[in-house]
Amino acid sequence: MSTKAGMQTAFSSEFEKSISGSDQPDWVKEIRREAFADFVDKGFPTVRDEEWKYTNVAAIAKADWKTVAGEEAERAAASIDLSREIFSEIDGSNRIVFVDGVFCESISAMPEGITAVHFKEAYGEAAFRENFAKIVDPRKNGFTALNTAFAGEGIFLRAEKNRKTEDAINLVFIGLSESAGFPRVLYVGETGSEAELVEHYLRAEETAYLSNAVVEVRLADQARLVHTRVQRESNSAFHIVTSQTELGRGAVYDNTNIHLGGKLSRHDLGMGFSAEGAEGWIDGLYLVDEDQHTDTHSRIDHRIPNCVSHQTYKGILDGKSRAVFNGKVFVHEKARGTDAYQQNKNLLLSNDARVDTKPQLEIFNDDVKCAHGATVGQLEEEELFYLLSRGLNEDLARNLLTYGFAEEVINKIKVPSIKKALDEAVLNRLHARLDA
Amino acid sequence: MLLEIKDLYVAIDGKNILKGLNLKIDKGEVHAIMGPNGSGKSTLAKVLAGHPSYEVVKGEVLYEGRDLLELDPDERAREGVFMAFQYPVEVPGVSNAQFLRLAYNEKMKHSGGEELDPLEFDDLLKEKAKIVDMDPAFFKRSVNEGFSGGEKKRNEILQMAVLDPKLALLDETDSGLDIDALRIVAEGVNQLKSEENAIVLVTHYQRLLNYIVPDFVHVLAAGRIVKEGGKELAIELEEKGYDWVRTAAQ
Repeated sequence: MSTKAGMQTAFSSEFEKSISGSDQPDWVKEIRREAFADFVDKGFPTVRDEEWKYTNVAAIAKADWKTVAGEEAERAAASIDLSREIFSEIDGSNRIVFVDGVFCESISAMPEGITAVHFKEAYGEAAFRENFAKIVDPRKNGFTALNTAFAGEGIFLRAEKNRKTEDAINLVFIGLSESAGFPRVLYVGETGSEAELVEHYLRAEETAYLSNAVVEVRLADQARLVHTRVQRESNSAFHIVTSQTELGRGAVYDNTNIHLGGKLSRHDLGMGFSAEGAEGWIDGLYLVDEDQHTDTHSRIDHRIPNCVSHQTYKGILDGKSRAVFNGKVFVHEKARGTDAYQQNKNLLLSNDARVDTKPQLEIFNDDVKCAHGATVGQLEEEELFYLLSRGLNEDLARNLLTYGFAEEVINKIKVPSIKKALDEAVLNRLHARLDA
Repeated sequence: MLLEIKDLYVAIDGKNILKGLNLKIDKGEVHAIMGPNGSGKSTLAKVLAGHPSYEVVKGEVLYEGRDLLELDPDERAREGVFMAFQYPVEVPGVSNAQFLRLAYNEKMKHSGGEELDPLEFDDLLKEKAKIVDMDPAFFKRSVNEGFSGGEKKRNEILQMAVLDPKLALLDETDSGLDIDALRIVAEGVNQLKSEENAIVLVTHYQRLLNYIVPDFVHVLAAGRIVKEGGKELAIELEEKGYDWVRTAAQ
């Protein structure tokens, strides 16, 4: 109980400051107030909560977090050198930049061919009202409640009917100071629209910040979205992101999540279908070392007949790192004709690394095609011998196999700047050069 | 002498497979190692390549006068030993071109030759691919992943062409090939055959030897060579079956 009381005081003054100075419409403030009350009631999750059994967020709960105000973030943004190596993955015509959770217009370049506005310009839009805080339930847990309570800094994206957005839209979340940031994204893809969205979570400094994001996506009939998330936070940072995507009839969603950074990272993601004939890929790679901890909890709900979901998650763990994968796939009673595939493969490079994996498939309809599995292991000896027998030395052979293991997921990403940055990040992590 | 095997005993999981094998191979020669299943012919290829599961209990293997068994598998490869696998391994996520260039450059580094950048290597690879009639589209694909049996075997010979070994051990390279693929693979090997290398064909059937004509045929049974001869021995074996040599050896 003392933890809760502590948090309440720590966040209460920040919350009051944030909401009292806000000119948001009352209905938004009401959602925020309810969410804050819920957070005060729930507090942060603890390991007694089944969903958080292996991920202890006590360090987040104990810290005395400050939030950064708008002008402060803009001032700080001026000091960020976007030409640095870490930002090289952001290529293209646009970037929507958040610093410490605050949208910074001064260093952003807004995309064209799509509606992309700060929340404050979106409150009047029907698509905003219909979806904001309705796709991700604010009450899901303490983090979603807290993010919703602080919901002010967000970007609303709307892809118009039958419109194809050429360039990938870059959402850049930069961690700079020791603070808590609560960015939000709401993406609505209208009927037949097509776009590519990339979330980049990057650090400007190796500070201990909290990045607590919520990303809501709704795709109307026949809409398509390629959605890539690259998480390269500070290795002292806490990264918590909750995302949920709802697919309309015949919609196609291709999502890839790469987690490389963070002292502790947790991704709760969900996918649901609201009409038949939709198809979604939810793939991911986590690559951790030293004392990093990464956790992915996914939930795919097949409530509607004839939808397809694919999920391949791979993990590479070194040092004393730890990973958690919990993948739920529910095929509900009415969801005949479902095709669901889920796989989680882990590679342990060190004896001290540990992974807890739990693929969970629950099927309540007989007319379905479902498969799932999980593996935890070392490199295959036969693969290793094959490479050695071609003259590669053992280090190079091991690195090449590990790299290949990661590349199976990274190869999905088609944006060259991201692919290149990730190839390099993987090789750096392996302390390897493949160019002999 | 390129390779000299003296009284070699090899075991796997404590079980003796090779029991006193003797063999001499020189450059410019093609040898066929034949024998019934379980006779130890694949074991011979694998132990020469340095597979970690096989334990040399006794005996000696000299390669260019040096103790081959002292060398790690990768050192053997860089010194010019190559084994085409019976079951080539899939390496997901690593492209054929990437893999082969690394192997090629490792060997060049070792021999003091010129290392190649991706563009230069691509030219080399295109040239070598003609030997096994391989479509350059395969270069970008992950090593052996999703390849048919025949494509995998061709890929093995492509690797041999790129790495240019002195001693090439082809382990059941004919298995699982239809007649067209067999011809392509065999013609590839014939093109790679030279006075500077030796080729050892490990095979159960005489079929492959119609295309790659051996200078010497060795018949293995129960871990030893029980009969030796020229190419006509393979034909005789085909007619009379392995029971004939087994009986003859006793």
